[in-house]
Amino acid sequence: MPVDDFQPVMGLEVHAQLLTQTKIFCGCSTSFGAAPNAHTCPVCLGMPGVLPVLNGKVVEYAVRAGLALGCTVNAQSEWSRKNYFYPDLPKGYQVTQFDRPICEHGQLTVDGPWGEKAVRVRRIHMEEDAGKSVHDGSAARSLVDLNRAGTPLLEIVSEPDLRSADEVVAYLKALRDILVYLGINDGNLEEGSFRCDANVSVMRKGSAEYGARVELKNINSFRFIKQAIEYEVARQVELVESGGKVVQETRLFDPARNETRPMRSKEEAHDYRYFPEPDLQPLQLRAGLVEEVAACLPELPRQKLQRFQSQYGLPAYDAGLLTADRALADLFEAVAARAKDARKVSNWFLGELSRLLNETGEPLSGLRFGPAQFAELLGAVDAGTLSNNAAKAVFEEMFRTGKAPADIIREKGLGQVSDEGTVEAVVDQVLAAAATELEAYRAGKQQVFGFLVGQCMKAMKGKGNPQLVNAVLKRKLGA
Amino acid sequence: MALTPEQVAHVAALARLELSPDEAALYRAQLSAVLDAASLLDEVDVSGVQPTRGDAPVPPLRPDVERPSLSPEQVLGNAPAKVGTTFSVPKILE
Amino acid sequence: MVLDLTLAEAAGQLGAGATSSTELTRVALQRVEALNGRLNAFLRVDAAGALEAAAQSDARRGRGEARGPLDGVPLGIKDNLLTGGLETTAGSRILQGFVPPVDATAVRKLREAGAVLLGKLNLDEFVVGSSNESSAYGPARNPWDTTRTPGGSSGGSAAAVAARLCFGALGSDTGGSIRQPAALTGTVGLKPTWGRVSRFGLVAYASSLDQVGPMARTVTDCALLLQALAGPDAQDATAADLAVPDYTAALERGAAGLRVGVPAEYFGPGMDPEVEAAVRGALRAYEQLGATLVEVSLPHTKYALATYYLLATAEASSNLARFDGVRFGHRARDVKGLRELYARSRSEGFGPEVKRRIMLGTFALSAGHYDAYYLKAQKVRTLIRRDFEAAFRQVDVVLSPTSPVPAFPLGQQTDPLQSYLLDVFTLPCNLAGLPGLSLPCGFTRARLPVGMQLVGRWWDEAGLLAAARAYERAHDFSRAAPPLEA
Repeated sequence: MPVDDFQPVMGLEVHAQLLTQTKIFCGCSTSFGAAPNAHTCPVCLGMPGVLPVLNGKVVEYAVRAGLALGCTVNAQSEWSRKNYFYPDLPKGYQVTQFDRPICEHGQLTVDGPWGEKAVRVRRIHMEEDAGKSVHDGSAARSLVDLNRAGTPLLEIVSEPDLRSADEVVAYLKALRDILVYLGINDGNLEEGSFRCDANVSVMRKGSAEYGARVELKNINSFRFIKQAIEYEVARQVELVESGGKVVQETRLFDPARNETRPMRSKEEAHDYRYFPEPDLQPLQLRAGLVEEVAACLPELPRQKLQRFQSQYGLPAYDAGLLTADRALADLFEAVAARAKDARKVSNWFLGELSRLLNETGEPLSGLRFGPAQFAELLGAVDAGTLSNNAAKAVFEEMFRTGKAPADIIREKGLGQVSDEGTVEAVVDQVLAAAATELEAYRAGKQQVFGFLVGQCMKAMKGKGNPQLVNAVLKRKLGA
Repeated sequence: MALTPEQVAHVAALARLELSPDEAALYRAQLSAVLDAASLLDEVDVSGVQPTRGDAPVPPLRPDVERPSLSPEQVLGNAPAKVGTTFSVPKILE
Repeated sequence: MVLDLTLAEAAGQLGAGATSSTELTRVALQRVEALNGRLNAFLRVDAAGALEAAAQSDARRGRGEARGPLDGVPLGIKDNLLTGGLETTAGSRILQGFVPPVDATAVRKLREAGAVLLGKLNLDEFVVGSSNESSAYGPARNPWDTTRTPGGSSGGSAAAVAARLCFGALGSDTGGSIRQPAALTGTVGLKPTWGRVSRFGLVAYASSLDQVGPMARTVTDCALLLQALAGPDAQDATAADLAVPDYTAALERGAAGLRVGVPAEYFGPGMDPEVEAAVRGALRAYEQLGATLVEVSLPHTKYALATYYLLATAEASSNLARFDGVRFGHRARDVKGLRELYARSRSEGFGPEVKRRIMLGTFALSAGHYDAYYLKAQKVRTLIRRDFEAAFRQVDVVLSPTSPVPAFPLGQQTDPLQSYLLDVFTLPCNLAGLPGLSLPCGFTRARLPVGMQLVGRWWDEAGLLAAARAYERAHDFSRAAPPLEA
């Protein structure tokens, strides 16, 4: 952080692509990876005579996001046209919500070294995404693909409540996690389905006047966001300190040089000529929609994190890892409900399960066994019929094949003998055949104990429960 | 209201229209005349009046179900310039 | 001549087996070929497609599967309605060669009703005009006097119907574009309530004002066409989710007890005296039919012109932004960059009146001017609407001239401001979203048709049609034919 006289002031605009099957205003597929312009129709191509028809799922997702962020959901909201010319904007205007968005006045609580901070969410609105253009390096041309044109977006705008790059990153991560939890966005910055623009300004501490805002556009990783903001704040402070003025402009971040630069061509300041979209009636939410969505809201990441700590006695770090992914958290709880010790379950999740998922790169959704089997395995360890090491081997087999733990244990002969009577009998046998060693032990050679344990384990072909063998042997030796 | 040549040029740029000097002068005069006529609205008291919105029953929202897209021939059949299945335009400068 | 039949009569003859669709279509195509050179009503004729549709209609009828009154009847389509596989230009160079991949909903519905579509009809470019003179493909001409305009923007539709080239046509109406040409050609034209007919596939000009509607020689014919067109549409969220009544059920109920509003503001100076005389004659006729005349006032009428021009051009400037040479339409050659691509393609492709309106609309929406122009006009529009709400508490229809003048010579209208005045009687109806109809009520001494306009309540096309029919039954001009020799 640069000079202490200045306070960075930041607001964030996030554009999140919604995970609907079809586009916001037409029935074209939103699925990724198709050949250019394979998912287009007269509507999203902006042909003459076409009209937008709103996808109801988009509205439902917008309400979900609004409720999760504590917003007021407006029963009536309006559509507007934002007019400008660009090849990836087929109609020459974007249909968006300008005057009255669907959600307003929410907040997102962000945790960090600063404690707890409530960042206000000014508005959430729905709009359509533009297409993409690719530069054809050889010829002096750009190639336009409108598959993405019409993909539904939620624009989530915060108030300028953020005061440091770390706060910004924490806010964005928290927001992303919520949207992913809600099942409405896949949270992918690199692929552009979760896009962040930051408005950065600086103001003198104690001053009531905000500085001019610079917009940093579309930075596609959390690390770059932090770097970009830190660079930009330093740049602005230096500029002001040396008597200059911060120009209100849009800048891009260059990760290679770790600096921000003005965007080359933004002609005369955009006059978007917003006016109400005449082809769509104002959106009136149907009675009961908000209540229905509210009733189905999942527990949100922050609540789950706190509950995992209090309910399961898990440390914050572990709880954080378990709740990072909703499906992982759900699986954990399903196993923990059937197990004795949640912390042991957590260790298995953060240990063996994580290891195997990382090594194989397989998704959790492809897991070949369920919570019942997982719990069965842990129960065997608790009961002493399976050693910890053996359990790891069984788990790996379960992971790769989905076979039931009991079957694997039996097939591989990994079961551990924990029956006291059986162990006693073996110990008696071993002691009966080890008269010399017994004498040596009685004479004071403690290390013979280990040898005797080894003999017992050998006699049981390694399947003896080590703790039990130890205990019985000790007892028999009268030690 | 009399438009200045600068205003006319600005509007033409916003609308992506290229006007010859004669056209610019002609439109300047004609538009100014129309706007003068439109100044008649200045005398109307609209306090408390909301913009019009029809009140007919609105159809239900569209279900999130895929509909067939156009074939490449249909998409590109009218394209003045294309490369493969993309539309080609002069290079866009960032 | 079979083409002298009304649409309803032709449907009757088809039903009775007295003629076939193929026969009607053949005769129509012959007449088009003979006369279109003089009239320039049709921009293109799809003879093969028409005869194919006619054959299918005859086959259906042979199987006893005729679809209704429109099955097999030759019609024309204004060229701002998309026809899949058939060039659609909106009267502009910028869409020359554009072949849409889909039909407009209105077109699809006519096809589904079995109608035979002969081809696309001339219009003012992007509907900007009241004389069809801004068409990039030459003006259409009035069959009553081919040195005169048939009106606009649906000039080709009106001319085709009046000249008996087809039994009916689709037009569109944003500020009077169905009604005024109907009046100038002695035909009947109906603009439905905004939202009654789907706008999907209608090349948009001013979205909150545009409507698709029927044009034909009689009120009954228009009712039959409206029956097929009206209704909600999954592709148009502004097409009202309202059931469609039977438009012919009470068509003959007469005018006894009808309250006819006479708007004081519509009968001032500036009207052609012969037009005024014919319309006042119609008022007396209504009294004779048992109607009561009621003086009403629509005090905000004088603001309608400015309101309309600010709102319509604003919406149009946005709707026409998609014409950029990228995905379809005219593209300028040898451009040196994107800006030039846009500016030259658009400037080369659009005609001067279109450009003028785009300029005006862009200005009305621009920063610093939005409140004073666009927003103000939107509010005045509400007041105009309220005028009608008040009037309809006292009357059932409002009667006025459709056009202040009869058909005028081509080339006469050169001042845009003057030409805007041609729409004064028809504009308020679009601003209020009301249904409006024009039907013939007389001729001038020079044998030019005069039309009167009836405006009805929102969603009450049935009442409007019945009121018009009552007059038409007593004063039927549908047999009067223009002096054209084929």
